[in-house]
Amino acid sequence: MSALLELEGVRTAFPGDRRRGGPARVHVVDGVSFRLERGRVLALVGESGSGKSMTALSILRLVPKPGRVVEGAIRLDGRELLALPVGEMRRLRGRRIGMIFQEPMTALNPVVRVGDQVVEAIRLHERVSAADARARTRALFAEVGIPDPDARLDAYPHQLSGGLKQRVMIAMALSTRPEILIADEPTTALDVTIQAQILGLLRQLQRDRGTAILLITHDLGIVNALADRIAVLYAGRVVEEASREALFARPLHPYTRGLLAAIPALATPGTRLHEIRGTVPSPDRWPSGCRFEPRCGERFEPCKAIDPAETRPAEGRRVYCHAVARDLALAEGAAAPRSSAGDALAEEVAR
Amino acid sequence: MTAGEPLLRVEGLTTWYPIRQGLMRRVVGHVQAATEVAFEIGTGRTLALVGESGCGKSTVGRSILGLESPQAGRVVFEGSDILQLPAEALRAARQRLQIIFQDPLASLDPRMRIRDQIAEGLRAFRLVSNDAECDRRVAALLERVQLDPDVMDRYPHEFSGGQRQRICIARALAVDPRLIVCDESVSALDVSIQAQILNLLTDLQRDLSLSYLFITHDLSVVRYLAHDVAVMYLGRIVEQGPTGRIFARPAHPYTQALLAAIPSLDPGRRIEAPPVLGDVPSPSKPPPGCAFHTRCPFVMERCRRERPPAYPVEGGAQGGGTSACFLVEPGASPPVVVGAEPGREAEPAPTGA
Repeated sequence: MSALLELEGVRTAFPGDRRRGGPARVHVVDGVSFRLERGRVLALVGESGSGKSMTALSILRLVPKPGRVVEGAIRLDGRELLALPVGEMRRLRGRRIGMIFQEPMTALNPVVRVGDQVVEAIRLHERVSAADARARTRALFAEVGIPDPDARLDAYPHQLSGGLKQRVMIAMALSTRPEILIADEPTTALDVTIQAQILGLLRQLQRDRGTAILLITHDLGIVNALADRIAVLYAGRVVEEASREALFARPLHPYTRGLLAAIPALATPGTRLHEIRGTVPSPDRWPSGCRFEPRCGERFEPCKAIDPAETRPAEGRRVYCHAVARDLALAEGAAAPRSSAGDALAEEVAR
Repeated sequence: MTAGEPLLRVEGLTTWYPIRQGLMRRVVGHVQAATEVAFEIGTGRTLALVGESGCGKSTVGRSILGLESPQAGRVVFEGSDILQLPAEALRAARQRLQIIFQDPLASLDPRMRIRDQIAEGLRAFRLVSNDAECDRRVAALLERVQLDPDVMDRYPHEFSGGQRQRICIARALAVDPRLIVCDESVSALDVSIQAQILNLLTDLQRDLSLSYLFITHDLSVVRYLAHDVAVMYLGRIVEQGPTGRIFARPAHPYTQALLAAIPSLDPGRRIEAPPVLGDVPSPSKPPPGCAFHTRCPFVMERCRRERPPAYPVEGGAQGGGTSACFLVEPGASPPVVVGAEPGREAEPAPTGA
């Protein structure tokens, strides 16, 4: 059976700055593939510049001009989205794929009452009377936990707190009963107690409605709270994908392991935090070979020149790293693994 | 400065902003940003001031630097109350008190070379006598924050976010401060870069016996870095104490809710129910009694009428700090603790001299 959403080798490019000696085209998303199954939550995790938000915009065909998807396939239920006429894509957006973003304030119209905005969204996609749409909006407000929904229907965005605005956004995204919700940093602008409320709400909606979620975030705590599967992005590419449990228990890619080791929440006070040296390269200066090579503690001969191929260390896992591939080959050859990645691998293989 | 006096002692600090309305700009109310805030920071120590947006933590930081005009209170820094200092003496005190903000790009001048921005303080306080000496000092400061001294002729836009924050740290260090207020200084950084800056701040504290007032909403950074924690809610400190005690045995229901709300990184443990419901009330009209009573799962009748004073909390040789909650009133039954980290009450290793 085909996945609900499937990306295959998607590349999204912007024109480069040739005056400054850059390349003609800069690929901010550079060969991203993944599958999102019906009713599941896949998290795209990465730091700024990893291409995670641009991947979401590519799916929605909302990449800001002059950027565009130049290669690859994006299929919803087996249907190629990149080939759809503009009008059909517009109907599908919102109808089958809902969206929530980091800043609810910028996504809501400040001079229209929030209830009317949701009513408008419903009537844009379905032929229903204004009264029916309003009744549905009221029910949605109650479902997403907006207290006193009748009064809130007539509120303007500025009269609502950040948490309530994000609930309105979620109500709007769900109003057309989409199969997929794309949530781009849905709680980053919120306080931690409000964030906990919104994460709980998203989990409950995903369970009750069976909505699949593509969660985009830099925060591994949020990933742990929501995701079934995790794809780690670095410099426009997926470097590792695994189930939530496997990734947290045994991260394999040196970048993933570095990322987890850099989190203060997992560190012992008084010890030094693990640093990933250097900074994320900018898209017009991506290194050849493995893009993490200049910052990697486990690099060796092939890393600088050759792109690492996919390695499947276990069922449902993939990783792109020469060191992991080498250690896996060694482990299979019953030789002792050499790096610490190898130790984790040996465990993984033994299972 | 007398022996035993902490580097900074804040007492009864109250900073309210007037709300003006109408043609006559009449004062119709106040945003009660900070009310009766009190804490101390010793030499080489880090106090984290934590709370959610609008709790007043940044107002406290700005008040300490003399950037606000508090209605009441004392800010005793190195033995003198900086709120009472005459202009010239305040200027001198400012040299020893520096601040680093969240967004380094906003606090650096985009049209000024890095060299001149770092040198500004050196020149203003006449810490260097000529240009050559100035350049030597700037180079040393850049090395101190692990940047190549060759970059001093560049402009802020040529640096990454993490590098810009290093530049801001170098600029703060230029005038040889004793206390640095870090206002969400690592909050906007990616985690791999955040780790670099946190390690740098730790090294500087160890080498220079710096004290930090670390203002943040990020509790995992607090747990890692701070010696002591003060939790603010709607303008008041509701709980304070040693970091180990706060995280192992949070006494105030708000602190418990904050800790329970941190998304766990343990794959076997996910947040199930949200720890508190509802939103933070407006700081211009805080609820009567205990300000947290509108969201508190343990609310009692008297919480709606009376404001609980800061009661001592048991624990440790240095004491467990205080909690402004009737649940810890001497003789009250102990609260049910949600979201605590049992078995982790060790103090962070002292980094000060």
